Amino acid sequence: MSHAAADAPRVGLFVTCLIDAMRPSAGFAAVALLEAAGCRVDIPRAQTCCGQPALNSGDRAGTVRIAQHTIALLEPYDHVVVPSGSCAGTIKVHYPDLFDPGSAWHARAIALADRTFELLSYLTDIRRWKPHDVALNATATYHDSCSGLRELGIQAQPRRLLAAVEGLSLRKLEGSDTCCGFGGTFCVKYPAISNAIVEEKAAHIEATGADLLLGGDMGCLMNMAGKLHRRGSAIRAFHAAEVLAGMAGGPAIGEPE
Amino acid sequence: MSTAAYAARTERALADPILKLAIDRTTGNARTKRAAAIAAWPEFPAARELGRDIKDHVIAHLDHYLLEFERNAIASGAKVHWARTAQEACEIVVGICRDAGVRSATRSKSMLGEEIGLPHAMAEAGIERVETDLAEHIIQLADEPPSHIVWPALHKTREQVRELFLARHRDPGTLATVEAMVASARRELRGRFMAADAGISGANFLIADTGAVCTVTNEGNAELTTTPPRLHIVTAGIEKLVPSTAHAMALLRLLVRSATGAELTQYTTFHRGPKRAGDRDGPEAFHIVLVDNGRTRMLTDGLAEMLRCLRCGACLNHCVVYRQIGGHAYGGTYPGPMGSVLTPLLDGLPKAQDLPRACTLNGQCEEVCPVAIPLPTLLRGWRDRSWREGLEPLSVRGPLSLWRFMVLHPALYRLATSLAVPAMRLFARGGWIPRMPLAGGWTRHRDLPAPASRTFMAQVSNRRPAA
Repeated sequence: MSHAAADAPRVGLFVTCLIDAMRPSAGFAAVALLEAAGCRVDIPRAQTCCGQPALNSGDRAGTVRIAQHTIALLEPYDHVVVPSGSCAGTIKVHYPDLFDPGSAWHARAIALADRTFELLSYLTDIRRWKPHDVALNATATYHDSCSGLRELGIQAQPRRLLAAVEGLSLRKLEGSDTCCGFGGTFCVKYPAISNAIVEEKAAHIEATGADLLLGGDMGCLMNMAGKLHRRGSAIRAFHAAEVLAGMAGGPAIGEPE
Repeated sequence: MSTAAYAARTERALADPILKLAIDRTTGNARTKRAAAIAAWPEFPAARELGRDIKDHVIAHLDHYLLEFERNAIASGAKVHWARTAQEACEIVVGICRDAGVRSATRSKSMLGEEIGLPHAMAEAGIERVETDLAEHIIQLADEPPSHIVWPALHKTREQVRELFLARHRDPGTLATVEAMVASARRELRGRFMAADAGISGANFLIADTGAVCTVTNEGNAELTTTPPRLHIVTAGIEKLVPSTAHAMALLRLLVRSATGAELTQYTTFHRGPKRAGDRDGPEAFHIVLVDNGRTRMLTDGLAEMLRCLRCGACLNHCVVYRQIGGHAYGGTYPGPMGSVLTPLLDGLPKAQDLPRACTLNGQCEEVCPVAIPLPTLLRGWRDRSWREGLEPLSVRGPLSLWRFMVLHPALYRLATSLAVPAMRLFARGGWIPRMPLAGGWTRHRDLPAPASRTFMAQVSNRRPAA
């Protein structure tokens, strides 16, 4: 399946639990993009979830066990790539904090953190790749998911990649760097507050007049797309990887297969 | 899964469109002005690091600077008092007032005073309290607590304030303009400044090497509060210490720009000791009450970084939760992200357990904090503690523990997701799930996209692993 050169990095794709269960097409887009960028892609079979729900609920002991499972699973790869800023941030920023400095697990967590990347920033910053011959006649707006933006500094990379898609024009989203109200378990623990936040976000998205809402994190995208649909908006939502992989001809988030 | 009290407060706030309008007006303005001030200040990142380092240095050497401050304050003629708790602090203030026969005291805005419950203690002691900050005057008339640490009456629109003044001021006139409203408040307060027996203020900085107390305001009310009466009482948290005036200036640049976007407040005053021989005015006695109230506990409880806080309010103005529910819904003295860190310490975690949880951990508060307090990390610390102490309800612990078990057993996890996906699809209507059992928190407010017919891992299970 892979046509990569012999010296191509061996990339372990950590697809994330949300893409696995809810949006497999974004996972296939990630595979296609990584292969186009010259990587040998492997999908470790025993992957489940990075542990973010436990981490953010304060279940530190549980998170440690999940992190150990994930570290052991992913450490054989040259690089680990994650099509989500918040899941990549969990592995890259939070795993090392779970272990005592000086411990073997701490060293392993740091070694993995150093080799783990969010997909869109990996394509631009590490692989120096951009899409060729990908066209999409549409206007789109982009939401910066908070973990990717603030934990990993991802802001310019997705826009640079999307600018290389022929026919696609990006419109500025007011408050694109403001949280959409998802917050993982926050959105179901405090639904009324989460709703008030995403109502405002949806209004800003609608005000752009764009055809498409794009982002790099499935949780935020499901939150915003679900709110847009409830409001009766016709704006369609895709993971940015799907657009970059030329897969935006398929159903958008929430459209039947 | 919020506690009933928090749920009731947030529901009330979310149902109030006037409150939302008031929050948007003030915080929107504050965000715009702060952004412009920071954009015009290329040295901001370096100034922020310096501010953080100054505070960290003082926090690491609190014992040294507290004693230096006390020594210099006493040398200037001030009396210095030490209060371990809120109650002790109030007793000291009330005691000073009793001894001096104080019947009426003016007060300039101080969040520390709110924290220790000074308004209540003064009422109990029968001391008349006159709030002189315009916003504090408004909420005193309305008998409400502050909803923001910089703009205590942020929750009120100018239209509501007009109604309040018309009802409560002696000589309001028509109050057709904001200027007329301010003038009416001035008429209301001016005589009382001069009649007060004592003036009570907070402190923005305590200067260790001079023993001076620095206050910053935009209305000049702190000066009118502390100069005419025969007594000036300062209540200040011990974290307000700085080594010298130069250090206060470095922090002041950060504080004012972060709070209002201005380069400097209208009034920056250094109060040092009582009136000296030959001075035309000033208080005859000058008391400084240094308050701990949990601050030294923060040093050992993993909250030392919170002692950096300058009380600028930027984290409130940028918080997506604060911007929806406002300050009162937090239920403590301090709202917003900084309040969500402090209130569990001040009021106890069981009572305040929602505050660290009702946060999306989006990190904007830390990004705008002028002294780089890692607020999301500190909030996570409270969540860890909340879990350890068993405060999470079984409705959260149960499902999370089951989920964790499956996450650690991939074959079981695969089986569970392969069963869940078709089950979820039964509820789909044209790609969207409008409602589904166990998903009410989500579907009450938004549709849930239906999952694809097979999970990603099921679809790739036949794929050859890379060589």
